[in-house]
Amino acid sequence: MAISSLFVANRGEIAVRVIRAARELGIRTVQAVSAADRDMLAARMADAVVEIGPAHARKSYLDIDAVLAGARASGADAVHPGYGFLSENADFAERVEAAGLVFVGPKAETIRAMGDKATARAMAAAAGVPTVPGSEGRVDGVEEARRVAREIGYPVMIKASAGGGGRGIRVAESPSELETLIPQASAEALAAFGDGGLYLERFVAEARHVEVQILGDGERAIHVYERECSLQRRRQKVWEEAPAACLGPEAREALCASAVRLAESVGYRGAGTLEYLYDARTGEFFFIEMNTRIQVEHPISEMVTGIDLVREMIRVCGGAPLAYRQEDVRLSGHAIEVRINAEDPANAFMPAPGVVSALAVPGGMGVRFDTMLYPGYAVPPFYDSLLGKLVVWDETRAGALKRLARALGELRVDGITTTAALHQALAADPSVAAGDFHTRWLEGWLDANPLAPPTPRNG
Amino acid sequence: MPTKTVQAPIPGTFYRKPAPDQPVFKSEGDAVAAGDTVGLIEVMKSFTPVVAEEAGRIVAFHVENEDAVMAGQPLYDLEA
Repeated sequence: MAISSLFVANRGEIAVRVIRAARELGIRTVQAVSAADRDMLAARMADAVVEIGPAHARKSYLDIDAVLAGARASGADAVHPGYGFLSENADFAERVEAAGLVFVGPKAETIRAMGDKATARAMAAAAGVPTVPGSEGRVDGVEEARRVAREIGYPVMIKASAGGGGRGIRVAESPSELETLIPQASAEALAAFGDGGLYLERFVAEARHVEVQILGDGERAIHVYERECSLQRRRQKVWEEAPAACLGPEAREALCASAVRLAESVGYRGAGTLEYLYDARTGEFFFIEMNTRIQVEHPISEMVTGIDLVREMIRVCGGAPLAYRQEDVRLSGHAIEVRINAEDPANAFMPAPGVVSALAVPGGMGVRFDTMLYPGYAVPPFYDSLLGKLVVWDETRAGALKRLARALGELRVDGITTTAALHQALAADPSVAAGDFHTRWLEGWLDANPLAPPTPRNG
Repeated sequence: MPTKTVQAPIPGTFYRKPAPDQPVFKSEGDAVAAGDTVGLIEVMKSFTPVVAEEAGRIVAFHVENEDAVMAGQPLYDLEA
């Protein structure tokens, strides 16, 4: 069923992005808003607005009943979940479809399968996608641990079966370290979790985060190349690039082909991303998880391929076959996205909501700014701090870095402290220019390079 | 006894409990010591405790758990 009216069940910049794509497809848009979001940019742009609840997300954007009631009342025939909120909630997808509406995303069963780490890992392995080598269950005693570790390869990570959130993790570089650490880790796990069970996994010390963008129509899937998102703070991506400069053509081909195999094996529909950990020292990549939605950093993939991912995901979820064959997808140049957040990078990234008193948006060749801001907009304190994504493209990575610095210099968000100063410093950093970083690099860099507080204009 | 109205120092979502399945930090009628946590304000997914600056007894709350608050909005009345 081709979609004629789309309910946008999200907010901020991604709601704006979805409305733009829908409008180009001739689709009417209805924007869901909380009581705190009546003035947001997407609400101003949409053809109609439905208020779904109070400011608190649990009572509005995360409330399945409220969102469904709004979608039904709006007369829309499809729901776009954006990212975050209910976008990877299988029950929500199921209920949208049960209400006779199109869910702009994969089937509920795909969301459910990929949302479970163990199931996703097993499905990846079945599709021939490499996963992090591990013990496939508990290891019993030092002897077994030694045997398993030899197969996995050192260094190995010792994890508590009952643990979580990084607790009880130890790294053994050699068999002798393993012999010392196994009894310690087991005793500690027993004390902490009441269960001394352990399992082993390969440890990648300086991992890089690479991810493959895919598109599927339920039968056929293609990849739209990869992104690298190794610059992270507290596991939140800060800066993303496409393609991943650390990959050679052969590794890129193998990585992207593996993503297509997994996507096709689950009959993937819509836009999705497979996240991998890449060991630059050995050239190995390992599947981590799949995100069954559009991602924040999708624009860099659009910039290097010319494919509008959001428009295409709406088309295929409306029942159209994919408009592209794999050979139609050509990689061209290099794109960088930096997240402009309402946070103070000179003050422990404290959130900084406020009113935008004046706004200067960068422009010119190869520059794109996907944002929810407009002059006079009061950024509400109730949601995440992403204000916009500054995206640049150039023929080369070095050119893109220069263009990024130039565009950041043009950006001005008066009234709100943003992370733009952090990106300006990173754009000038020699390690960033050399592409010499990994997923824990930025936190160390921040400790070593504290940013000066901004000087008040009339100070 | 003098009653003082304590205002929200920052805008955000006000929480009276440390977690949804836990009891409230303070109820009406409870005594508080300076430094006691009375609630939390969530601003863009970061949590700031609302700490009593002086001792006294909480007479009334003006906001409910998970209410949206603006900076300067009355949170609770304290009898010193």
